[in-house]
Amino acid sequence: MRRTTRRLMRGLAVLSVLALGATACGGSDDDSADQKPVSAGDIQAALKKGGTVTVWAWEPTLKTVAADFEKKYPKVKINLVGERSGDKHYTALSNAISAEKGVPDIAQVEYFALGQYALTKGLTDLTPFGADKLKAKYTPGPWNAVSEGDKVYGLPMDSGPMALFYNKKVFDKYKVAVPTTWDEYVEAARKLHKADPKVYIAADAGDAGLTTSMLWQAGSRPYQVDGTKVKIDFADAGAKKYTDTWQKLIDEKLVAPIYGWTDDWYKGLGDGTIATLPSGAWMPANFVTGVPKASGDWRAAPLPAWTKGDKASAENGGSSLTVPELAKNKELAYAFVEYANAGDGVQTRIKQGAFPATTAELQSTEFQNTKFDYFGGQEANKIFADSAANVADDWSYLPFQQYANSIFNDTVGKAYISKTKLADALKSWQDASVKYGKEQGFTVE
Amino acid sequence: MTTLQPSAAVSRPPARPPSKRDRRSWTGWGFIGPFAVVFAFVFLAPIVYSIYLSVFRTQLIGGTTFVGLDNYQQALHDDQFWASLGRVSLFLAVQVPIMLGIALLIALALDSGRLYGKDFFRIAIFLPYAVPAVVATLMWGFMYGTRFGLVGDINEAFGVTLPDPLSTDLVLASIGNIVTWEFVGYNMLIFYSALRVIPNSLYEAAEIDGAGQIRVITAIKLPAIRGALVIATIFSIIGSFQLFNEPNILRPLARNAITTDYTPNFFTYSLSFNGQQHNYSAAVAIIMGLITMVIAYAVQLRGMRKGA
Repeated sequence: MRRTTRRLMRGLAVLSVLALGATACGGSDDDSADQKPVSAGDIQAALKKGGTVTVWAWEPTLKTVAADFEKKYPKVKINLVGERSGDKHYTALSNAISAEKGVPDIAQVEYFALGQYALTKGLTDLTPFGADKLKAKYTPGPWNAVSEGDKVYGLPMDSGPMALFYNKKVFDKYKVAVPTTWDEYVEAARKLHKADPKVYIAADAGDAGLTTSMLWQAGSRPYQVDGTKVKIDFADAGAKKYTDTWQKLIDEKLVAPIYGWTDDWYKGLGDGTIATLPSGAWMPANFVTGVPKASGDWRAAPLPAWTKGDKASAENGGSSLTVPELAKNKELAYAFVEYANAGDGVQTRIKQGAFPATTAELQSTEFQNTKFDYFGGQEANKIFADSAANVADDWSYLPFQQYANSIFNDTVGKAYISKTKLADALKSWQDASVKYGKEQGFTVE
Repeated sequence: MTTLQPSAAVSRPPARPPSKRDRRSWTGWGFIGPFAVVFAFVFLAPIVYSIYLSVFRTQLIGGTTFVGLDNYQQALHDDQFWASLGRVSLFLAVQVPIMLGIALLIALALDSGRLYGKDFFRIAIFLPYAVPAVVATLMWGFMYGTRFGLVGDINEAFGVTLPDPLSTDLVLASIGNIVTWEFVGYNMLIFYSALRVIPNSLYEAAEIDGAGQIRVITAIKLPAIRGALVIATIFSIIGSFQLFNEPNILRPLARNAITTDYTPNFFTYSLSFNGQQHNYSAAVAIIMGLITMVIAYAVQLRGMRKGA
């Protein structure tokens, strides 16, 4: 008995050494700082030679784009792996990158999450491929989100300049004017809820994307990022504007405690219990597929202003296509990214309802005159394009925004379900983010 | 010790003692080898790897460094960890007795032989266990909804306002309800099988002595299935400490109530996959594993002592 135990221990020791050895090999630091420029000729040659490009993206219009691309370059096969979105997408991507295995050639990455991947050297700097020359094509907000200094980590695919979607039927029924400022918004919320206690001005149970966008519009700049130096502060004047207004909505129970993208949420958007939705310009396609029965009820309006007449807007959502550092076929990958986000693919995607990040398309009359059947024939793109032009481009997300957003409801969520004030709740989000930043080796103030 | 005796008897009489010992040990490994290999790679290697991970720290800035037991120290002082452990302990203290109590009552009722349609009930009660936890949670999640779900429909139909099962105060109880629904049948089956193997002669003896049904239960049935009770309790303790699926799937419906550190398992998951803190996550997981082992072992010792 005793002898077997000892042998078992010896086996264990051998095994642990093996495990140590295996992982020690895995954690190599490869340095690819100096990349040679890739000429247009190199890319053409790669396209001629052909190969397979694996794309991890959920954007639905990419299917057509990939088919067109394959038709144009018959030797290239685009392998679209989609339908995985949100947390699961990033979990899979992070795992693949840290395992150094199964990394796709192209990954869709939302603007808020891009910083984290760029920082950990997970993404290829596309400057040597000539991506920096495309700067003039894009609106400043999305371009600012994909570039850092003279490095470009992806090409903007779409953007989410904000607008206020509102249920015209509900507003007409109770004869309430569509708000143009946030003060009017609170007033409208009271009127609607008084007229029918089932009606709420909006559904908000705590959403990191909405909160950061609202802060952005209000002129708050909570995140100051300079390389690895980070400052987090939710106490500026802009933030106060937002918390004061939103606190009223929460205190008076004027926002429905419904979480976004749930069945309750779709139901509320459909049956008139949720009267407005401040969201990005990519929302219409989701209305069409998610809330079909309310077709004709909804309209788009400019996002309410903080002071009357002010046109400042903000982005909500939006994503880019990036080429991971460990991608196998970078030339081909870049060729597809450029085709989809700067070339012919843009038109293909707009025709299917995507909202572009390219200035030329945004300003084209064809685009601006598009009538949305869902919005009762409204030319909603005019509102979105106007919003896109008024997005301040000095906003930055945290280099670890993906993590910060994941703990948003742990901290800021308190303001929605207890007596905690929104301003205090933001402070605890700040504290938790600062703690994480320090643990991860950032210099945090 | 006793197992060595027969094997020694089977082997040929030894000519040279040392060689005999060698031969015996290698033949043994031949039999146990396939199992040992699987065991080593599937059970031991992940544990060893977790321990290895837990003594390092990888940062977004600065890469990987050896930190010794720092991660463990941090975990032991982490309020989030202790809060999540407290939550599952509370869950354990309330849900497990209720679940096992119901399971035991049903098992005794089925075993009494006084029910019609015994087979039907046995299968019907066991059925929820066959439903995957994910599906079960989604299903209950729909029922819990105060707007879209069953609770909402009841509110609307009867003009009442039922408490929201997904509110901060009630969500733990709601999870308890799901887990109870899922596992009553499973535990019932363990108890029922244990009850079926009690020799009939005991019952006959009890009848001759004039014992009533209650007396039969307390004096014969319960002592006879003590082993099964202890096993079910240990499984339930481990299950409670590992609580993950239910809160994870309900979370989209109640993000503010179910935090990312709701249970220890959920906490380690969030650390690893939202925060990329694999090392710290490994340390927390190992501490949690140790705590679970100690408590399960204590229950086993305590449960078996009186029976011996």
